[in-house]
Amino acid sequence: MDLLFKIFIDPFLQMGGAPDLLVQTLWEGLVSGVLYALIALGFVLIFKASGVFNFAQGIMVVFAGLTLVGLHEKGVPAWLAVLLTLGVMLALAVAVERVVLRPLVNQPDIILFMATFGLTYVLIGIGEFIFGGEPKQMITEELGLPRGAIDVAMLGGRVTFQKIDIAAAVIASIMIAALAVFFQYTRIGRALRAVADSHKAALSVGISLNQIWAIVWFAAGIVALITGIMWGARSDVSFALQTIALKALPVLILGGFTSIPGAIVGGLIIGIGEKLAEFYWGPLVGGGIENWIAYVIALGFLMVRPQGLFGDKIIERI
Amino acid sequence: MFYREAGQYKKTYSADMAVFPILQDRIGIGLILATAAIIIPIFGSNFFISTVMIPFLVFSLAAMGLNIVTGYTGLISLGTGAFMGVGAFACYKLTTYFPNVNIIIWILASGVFSAAIGALFGLPSLRIKGFYLAVATLAAQFFLEWCFVRVPWLFNYNASGAIEVPQRTLFGVAITGANATPTTRYLVLLGIVVLMTWVASNILHGRIGRTFMAVRDMDIAAELMGIRLLPAKLTAFAMSSFYCGVAGACMMFLWYGGGEASDAFNINQSFNILFMVIIGGLGSLIGCFFGAALLNIVPIILKFGLPAMGLPLAGATAEHINHLFVGSLIIFFLIVEPHGLARLWQITKQKLRTWPFPY
Repeated sequence: MDLLFKIFIDPFLQMGGAPDLLVQTLWEGLVSGVLYALIALGFVLIFKASGVFNFAQGIMVVFAGLTLVGLHEKGVPAWLAVLLTLGVMLALAVAVERVVLRPLVNQPDIILFMATFGLTYVLIGIGEFIFGGEPKQMITEELGLPRGAIDVAMLGGRVTFQKIDIAAAVIASIMIAALAVFFQYTRIGRALRAVADSHKAALSVGISLNQIWAIVWFAAGIVALITGIMWGARSDVSFALQTIALKALPVLILGGFTSIPGAIVGGLIIGIGEKLAEFYWGPLVGGGIENWIAYVIALGFLMVRPQGLFGDKIIERI
Repeated sequence: MFYREAGQYKKTYSADMAVFPILQDRIGIGLILATAAIIIPIFGSNFFISTVMIPFLVFSLAAMGLNIVTGYTGLISLGTGAFMGVGAFACYKLTTYFPNVNIIIWILASGVFSAAIGALFGLPSLRIKGFYLAVATLAAQFFLEWCFVRVPWLFNYNASGAIEVPQRTLFGVAITGANATPTTRYLVLLGIVVLMTWVASNILHGRIGRTFMAVRDMDIAAELMGIRLLPAKLTAFAMSSFYCGVAGACMMFLWYGGGEASDAFNINQSFNILFMVIIGGLGSLIGCFFGAALLNIVPIILKFGLPAMGLPLAGATAEHINHLFVGSLIIFFLIVEPHGLARLWQITKQKLRTWPFPY
């Protein structure tokens, strides 16, 4: 009985007893959820357009961040470093399309998946080789990102909001809106949607698949750069981020591989869910459950909806 | 010219269905086994045996485990490292509680525990497919990894939190622990690997293996043909985890001689073994050995071979180059031969059979 009380009742009593702590936890969860959603967004973009499950998205985030910081360390002004990094991501996108994707057209999904694994290793190798393996400080001030925190008195306590977190949430929202507009109203966006619907039909109306893939990898690269800046500003830029990027996988299966709103909603659910679980239920089992609780949440959802919350319905034919 | 089955008539059904129907194959496998069991222990240096051969055999076994579920049944699993860990811990607990029972029995028995856990985490595979399943198996990986660190009962409340391998003997010769020589450990491991490969080959050529392959090719069609999917998929997961568990136990007891589980059985290990399976060839037993050999030997060459050839490489740089090289190698092999080294081997054999008149 005591155990049941501790599991089912006590955490809620704690939540009710200290609403300011609850708000703080929710906020923390929301922010990490936004960042998970950003990583997941990169996955979704590529999966929609090319059907490739891009495992390298996590390392692309690290790579973009490292390039930015590394260039700035060499004395390049911040704004130029951002532009140059974008150039590097564009070059990467074109190279990936040319060297990896094009020779592997029409291979089974798992082969493409493994190829992005290989890409991950290559990027780790290049990144470490050029910029070294040690963590770096993100250049927050030079990029004009706010620092410090706002304390708000509410619900009988104080809740702290880091300014950088607020900025991250705002920038993420702007970017998602921009992507939505890009997809909806531009010519390339329309082509991207066509490719996502059907490769063959898109080819038959004269859309160049190779070009689209390069564009979509570049878009994922931009998302990766922004994610890299935000994550880097919260902690620092290091290869450890790559493991954090694995957290985007439960977000993906929760939201569905093909759905941008799914990535966002999934990210928020996972972010908030894992912070709440860690804070209120974690102490019961000794803490550290943040590492796997996200997968369990996602697994629970999957048992009910195997295609994720917003994924396309899976139709199987013989 | 020499590799040809001309004149070898099969007179019975079982001869036709044999795993090695060609005489030269049988001679070849005999030669390989003789080399592995006699020549390498006698002439191989301790360094060669403990850095090349022992890891190679352990990884081959683990790759075989993953290949059963991924290559033969078509269910992607990213939890291999964790299932290996389950085997290692099960073996550790068993040999602590029953120190008088032979360690080899416990190494093999630890697979049973791993199989049970594997079947449990294989349950979602009935509803979830493809990459969704891959991510679902990550749940197993991270949850079990967490258990290895947070449940002190598993490592007998050691202060170090690591598995401490006790000394165990076979016929009075130490085979685990600090006093065991690399050669004895290698021979024990070789025995286990040969036995398990033989068993796997027989199972996979029989009814169970065909069930797996039917499920891989199309599970709905297999279901319509009367294959019960749940038992088939769970068997695949259990059998795969059994092999991984034994591989993990071997890894801890015969190779590492103890160590921290969180390093040995983490997510990178799972990926590493997945690479071996893919590069070696999905759905092929011999591919497991090829993949393990390639991915095991390349880092060793980079680490020890290049400095020996006069290219001095600092430890960190070697690590970076290793990453770069392994990554490029994976992409290269996928582009050249997506079906893996096993397919290349088949093509070579076919060419040899018809050589020198290929038409």
